Amino acid sequence: MRTFKKAAALIMAVVVTVGLMAGCGGNTGGEKGQNGQVYVYCFGDYFDPELEYEFEEKTGYDVIIDYFDTNEELYPVIKNNTAQYDVICASDYMIAKLIDEGLLSEINYDNVPNASNIAENVKPSFEEFDPGMKYSLPHTWGTYGIMYNKSMVNGADIDSWTDLWDEKYAEQIVMPDSMREMYMIAGKILGYSMNTTDEKEVTEMTDLLLKQKPLVYKLANDSARELMIGESAALAVITSGEVLYSQELNENIDFVIPKEGTEVWTDCWAVTANVTNKEGGEAWINFMLDGDVAEDNFEYLTYAIPNTQIADLTDNPVLNPSAEVLAKCETLKNLGAEADDMYSRYWKEYKSK
Amino acid sequence: MTKSAIKRLFSGPFLAFILCGTLVPLVVIAFYGFTDRSGAFTLDNIMAIAGGHHAQALGLSLALALISTLICLLLAFPLGLILKDSKIGKKGFMVFVFILPMWMNFLLRTMAWQVLLEKNGIINIALKSLGLPLLDIINTPAAVVLGMVYDYLPFMVLPIYNALIKIDHSLIEAAYDLGAGKGLVLRKVLIPLSVPGIVSGITMVFVPSLTTFAISTMLGGGKVNLIGNIIEQEFTVSSNWNLGAGLSLVMMIFIVISMALIEKFDREGEGSMI
Repeated sequence: MRTFKKAAALIMAVVVTVGLMAGCGGNTGGEKGQNGQVYVYCFGDYFDPELEYEFEEKTGYDVIIDYFDTNEELYPVIKNNTAQYDVICASDYMIAKLIDEGLLSEINYDNVPNASNIAENVKPSFEEFDPGMKYSLPHTWGTYGIMYNKSMVNGADIDSWTDLWDEKYAEQIVMPDSMREMYMIAGKILGYSMNTTDEKEVTEMTDLLLKQKPLVYKLANDSARELMIGESAALAVITSGEVLYSQELNENIDFVIPKEGTEVWTDCWAVTANVTNKEGGEAWINFMLDGDVAEDNFEYLTYAIPNTQIADLTDNPVLNPSAEVLAKCETLKNLGAEADDMYSRYWKEYKSK
Repeated sequence: MTKSAIKRLFSGPFLAFILCGTLVPLVVIAFYGFTDRSGAFTLDNIMAIAGGHHAQALGLSLALALISTLICLLLAFPLGLILKDSKIGKKGFMVFVFILPMWMNFLLRTMAWQVLLEKNGIINIALKSLGLPLLDIINTPAAVVLGMVYDYLPFMVLPIYNALIKIDHSLIEAAYDLGAGKGLVLRKVLIPLSVPGIVSGITMVFVPSLTTFAISTMLGGGKVNLIGNIIEQEFTVSSNWNLGAGLSLVMMIFIVISMALIEKFDREGEGSMI
């Protein structure tokens, strides 16, 4: 026993010493961390994790990343400045809200030369939430549409949101467990904007959704593609980024952007107003906009990345919709607390019936 | 340093933990619960529990929690009796087998049920190949009850088992000696003496079942709306922390009630075993 303890102590001593030396070597040798830290706050699992190390090696920054699940979780953290982040990833409507409240800083394009890689067709939707791309740059984008199983719908022509109200598909429909997207779908059928604050229209949309509820197999966000791949559902409302992955695993799967139009969303990188390392944050964004990095991310996520360097990879109508389709799309907007509460009331009514 | 000063010193970390981990968050929740978005005092968030959808969700939560607590009790008491008299190996081993699944994250175990119960899931594939009728309970309250029973059953088994093994065997023998049958021994000896364990078991299953939102989200398919789901939505999606905090405060009443019950019946502290 004694000899064992001695050996263990020796090994520990060696490990600690080597560790210390390696640590010091790292600090003086000019690698990771020499240029300070970059604090990143991002949706969970939203870029290829290998890239973190590649970025550290390339730029000499030490990256510290925290994750969140929804934009609504990010907001209080940034608003109350409970943790200091340099660069964040958030969806379009949240970017607009953060800009309005002065919580983002303008991007210095001199530090982001890769911004020239941004695809042209993503730019019009920026006009809706960040005109002129002053504060944010795109990470991924996509649209909502109907994913369907060609053999389970017997070759029927799925092209409209109203197909989700077809009793033929009772108990085979998966809808998003997400309030605003559900109202977007009902709104497109009734011809209302997804950003309406007219209570009469919201009532009508709720009634329409309630009519469909008995047909719905499940309200699901992330698990929707699994249900489609496993053929537990014939139709699912899903975002375009899930299509390539699902088709790889089940060749019967197809996807359509309904003719009434849909929601187009963009998730963006932005630098916070309370930034401590603005250059580092911009370096991170610049790195993410690099062509090779975009390719890595695209292969990892299968979500469309609006980067001209990978245009040939995303060249299909699902990932890269035509201007004609995009013209019928809307982006989600902030409606303010009062309208949020109203929607939330009607949504609870939908949920509890 | 006097003895009591040393004692106080050692209780320091505990007091700090209670302060930071319990009291401060409670005060923050109470603050949010009793104010509106602008920070003005209001009782609306508390009274909101009586509003149609909230009361309905609370009712459903109470019903499902009661059902799953009852099922757990019906499963756990006989199991406790079996474990108590078990001759298989050391007694500790059988109990160990029961708590083994608890070492795995409960979300993971619930997610496993989601895959098992799916329309084209493993259970239905097996049933289909045997020519049996398919199980169609996923995304219904029945699946949620199944998940609650599965996740919380060990919390019922352990306190009941602990109460049962403490019963002096000579009491049971005395009852038989005096002519009592098996049923009478169960009714007059075993059950009354295990009441503290049963009460801790009931509260430990009932309270988490009442407030869960993960099980109902995963196995209810977003269609079973419990009060826990509403509170969670207020925080993560609707950005109405005040309403969420107000409703949480109301839910605390149920926890206080169960703590009072434990206090009344569980003098021996079986509940503290877990």
